[in-house]
Amino acid sequence: MIRFQNIYKRYPNGREALCDLSLHITPGEMVFLTGHSGAGKSTLLKLIALIERPTRGQMIVRGQNVTRIGRRRVPHYRRQIGIVFQDHKLLFDRSIYDNIALPLVIAGLPEREIGKRVRAALDQVGLLGREKRSPIELSSGEQQRIGIARAVVSKPPILIADEPTGNLDPELSLEIMNLFKRFNAVGVTVIIASHDLGLIERLGNRVIRLSGGRLAAATGPDGRDAA
Amino acid sequence: MAATPPRATRRPGPLQLLRGYVIRHVQTMTGALGRLWQQPLANLMTVAVIGIALALPTGLHLLVENGRAMSGNWSSTVDVSVYLRKDTLPERVVAISEELADWPEVASVRTVPAEQALVEFAELSGFGEAIEALENNPLPDTLVITPGEGYTDAESLVALADALRLVDGADIVQVDTDWVRRFNAILDLIRRTVGLSAFLLALGVVLIVGNTIRLDIENRRSEIEVTKLVGGSDAFVRRPFLYSGFWYGFGGGLLALALTFISLLMLRGPAARLAGHYGSGYTLSGLGWSGTATLLAVSALLGWAGSWIATTRHLRQIEP
Ligand SMILES: Nc1ncnc2c1ncn2[C@@H]1O[C@H](COP(=O)(O)OP(=O)(O)OP(=O)(O)O)[C@@H](O)[C@H]1O
Ligand SMILES: [Mg+2]
Repeated sequence: MIRFQNIYKRYPNGREALCDLSLHITPGEMVFLTGHSGAGKSTLLKLIALIERPTRGQMIVRGQNVTRIGRRRVPHYRRQIGIVFQDHKLLFDRSIYDNIALPLVIAGLPEREIGKRVRAALDQVGLLGREKRSPIELSSGEQQRIGIARAVVSKPPILIADEPTGNLDPELSLEIMNLFKRFNAVGVTVIIASHDLGLIERLGNRVIRLSGGRLAAATGPDGRDAA
Repeated sequence: MAATPPRATRRPGPLQLLRGYVIRHVQTMTGALGRLWQQPLANLMTVAVIGIALALPTGLHLLVENGRAMSGNWSSTVDVSVYLRKDTLPERVVAISEELADWPEVASVRTVPAEQALVEFAELSGFGEAIEALENNPLPDTLVITPGEGYTDAESLVALADALRLVDGADIVQVDTDWVRRFNAILDLIRRTVGLSAFLLALGVVLIVGNTIRLDIENRRSEIEVTKLVGGSDAFVRRPFLYSGFWYGFGGGLLALALTFISLLMLRGPAARLAGHYGSGYTLSGLGWSGTATLLAVSALLGWAGSWIATTRHLRQIEP
């Protein structure tokens, strides 16, 4: 599904965030990305979303070499990846409905279809009935779930999340992680960067640990739990 | 709450694609208008600036057009007098008169025989007795020519006079076009000024809209970023801004239209009085349908152009 081959990422300021990184994430897999602060977790996810470009190496996503695809083809590429941000990146001047509908509007779906899908996504994150509100009225955990609904509403085959539980209490964190597990259970490839080692261990997925931009260890059962 | 598996979306047919395309454009267009309404005061200011900038050349253009029409109207009362040489035989006078009557630029030819001219002169001048004392008539036979319709402007009159001078037998050709010529020269000057100011003000409109859109882009930075992050193409991000520019221009055009209409109403009375002094029933004419359509189209296009420049320059800089 996603294959990194000897990926290097050096930022313009000379900082080497990723160094000779090779890894493979298989279709339908759910993996966690951990490591100390500055290890390169966010950088790795940004490469997958083509928010950043690798300095060297090859990146193959769904059989396509995307290392150097043109700027104009990036939007289309991104539509197959749902992205969940730690800071949600919701638009507060729009309703919850409009926030979630954005990827579908971009894809040019008819209005009726959009309505159905947005409600389905809201249902999946347990916030059905709040479409008309502004996301500003929601708690941080609820906002995060809106962000997740937006990421999955177009049914992308890949879902990436950068510290989705960053500032949530343990209970909410578990709830969010279970949400990801449910998407994974229906075939979505899920990659989550997280600090929360305790939580990750309980979930029992493969864990990729980065250290100083290199692969430190890949631990844990490769498969999924009983889902 | 069960998650649904990812599945490939069905490929829509070309007709559906076209329909979707049109619907999306209309939605973006109305959406842009709706967003402008949310800040009515600030946006009306922009529209007002554009409207005034466009009203100026439009008004001047109307002035020139009306002036031209008026001068044509007045000079239609101008006749051209052809004084024939004294040695012209009466048959020749008739022949010339008939020949000239066939010219397309000539509406009618009236022959004033020398004797009649003398009688008229005697009556009009009051020199009756003195003239009676003359041994022979000093006046020549005269042809008074009324120019045909469409040949009454100064240029045509001058050309007609030149042509008449070449007619065998013509001695002196007299036409009072000097004032018409001067008037037209002034009009021409104004017309050039209109052209120049129209160009500069159009440039101003493009810059105003461009700057407004640039600020709008700044204000909506996060929205643009998020849109790009979830797969919005450059064209998708750009479209609402282009339509905003379109609406700014279109709104400005409407305002310019209203301003010129009001000015016209205010000037119609005085203009009619002025025309009355010249014995003409001329009334000021407005832009007309095609003029109105042109003004609106041009203004909308200018707004679009301003936005196009601003989005081209600034949207690319915003990357997630
Ligand atoms: N835009 C950037 N420009 C320059 N350097 C950057 C940039 N983004 C990240 N870095 C550097 O790259 C390294 C890896 O950063 P990254 O954000 O990937 O770490 P991380 O593992 O996500 O850390 P954290 O757990 O704190 O989020 C860091 O040393 C950081 O300083
Ligand atoms: Mg990070």
